[in-house]
Amino acid sequence: MADVREALMSGRNSDGARVNRPLSPHLQVYRLPMTPILSILHRVAGVGLAAGTLLFVWWLAAAADSDGAFALAAGVMNSPIGWLLIAGWTLALWYHFCNGIRHLWWDAGRGFELREAHASGMLAIGAAAVLTALTLIAGVVAR
Amino acid sequence: MSKPANTREATIRRSLLGQMRGLGSARSGTGHWWMQRLTSIALVPLAIWFVIGAIAHAGAGRAEIVHWISGPVTATLMLALIACMFEHMQLGLQVVIEDYVHGEACRVATLLVMKAGAALLAILAAISVLKMAIAG
Repeated sequence: MADVREALMSGRNSDGARVNRPLSPHLQVYRLPMTPILSILHRVAGVGLAAGTLLFVWWLAAAADSDGAFALAAGVMNSPIGWLLIAGWTLALWYHFCNGIRHLWWDAGRGFELREAHASGMLAIGAAAVLTALTLIAGVVAR
Repeated sequence: MSKPANTREATIRRSLLGQMRGLGSARSGTGHWWMQRLTSIALVPLAIWFVIGAIAHAGAGRAEIVHWISGPVTATLMLALIACMFEHMQLGLQVVIEDYVHGEACRVATLLVMKAGAALLAILAAISVLKMAIAG
């Protein structure tokens, strides 16, 4: 160690790897760790799902209303943009679902250790990806 | 002998009630947090049920959808989903608005518009399900 101040810079990532951190706010090189990225994504997904309720309610109301209204709603949902929106909302739903269970686990007072929080975050991402793929594949096959 | 100028008695001229107001409720302060958790737990099975139902009816015509939703069990679960989903949604959006919308008037206005919108969407969804369930 050439400079004793380097000892102050040594820290650990949320996955336990050693990193050298800047001593004071250094926003040009600051990289958000995985755990806060997942936290903000949870909120982003939630807001996205709130927007998705518009499509859900439109679909329900159209089904209750008339053949013409339903044909219009189904037409939009079957368009390429509709497919993209549904795929996005499926991903948002499963991510919010999996990370939400992670939050409930924390609410029960468990999994607060850095390594556990990192592992459960990776698990939430993996599970969300698998569930999204399964849902979309099943939806395409079922049509 | 006069009072020291820096005591609470000398500086605070508001009633005890006035001092406490705005600091949060003593009884129902956890209500928001608790409802958020309660609805999230209810939404775990309801979301799985809805996604499976949506997959099973992907690309279905109106008659098939109406037949599915008008079943008593489906209609019941749909109404439960609508209630939990919109309650969970408005609780979540409330926190987002409180975090990012600054200025008292603007924040209160945004909250009221969001809550009214969420309530209207929930009522529209519930009426749609009930119409299908009752009128077929």
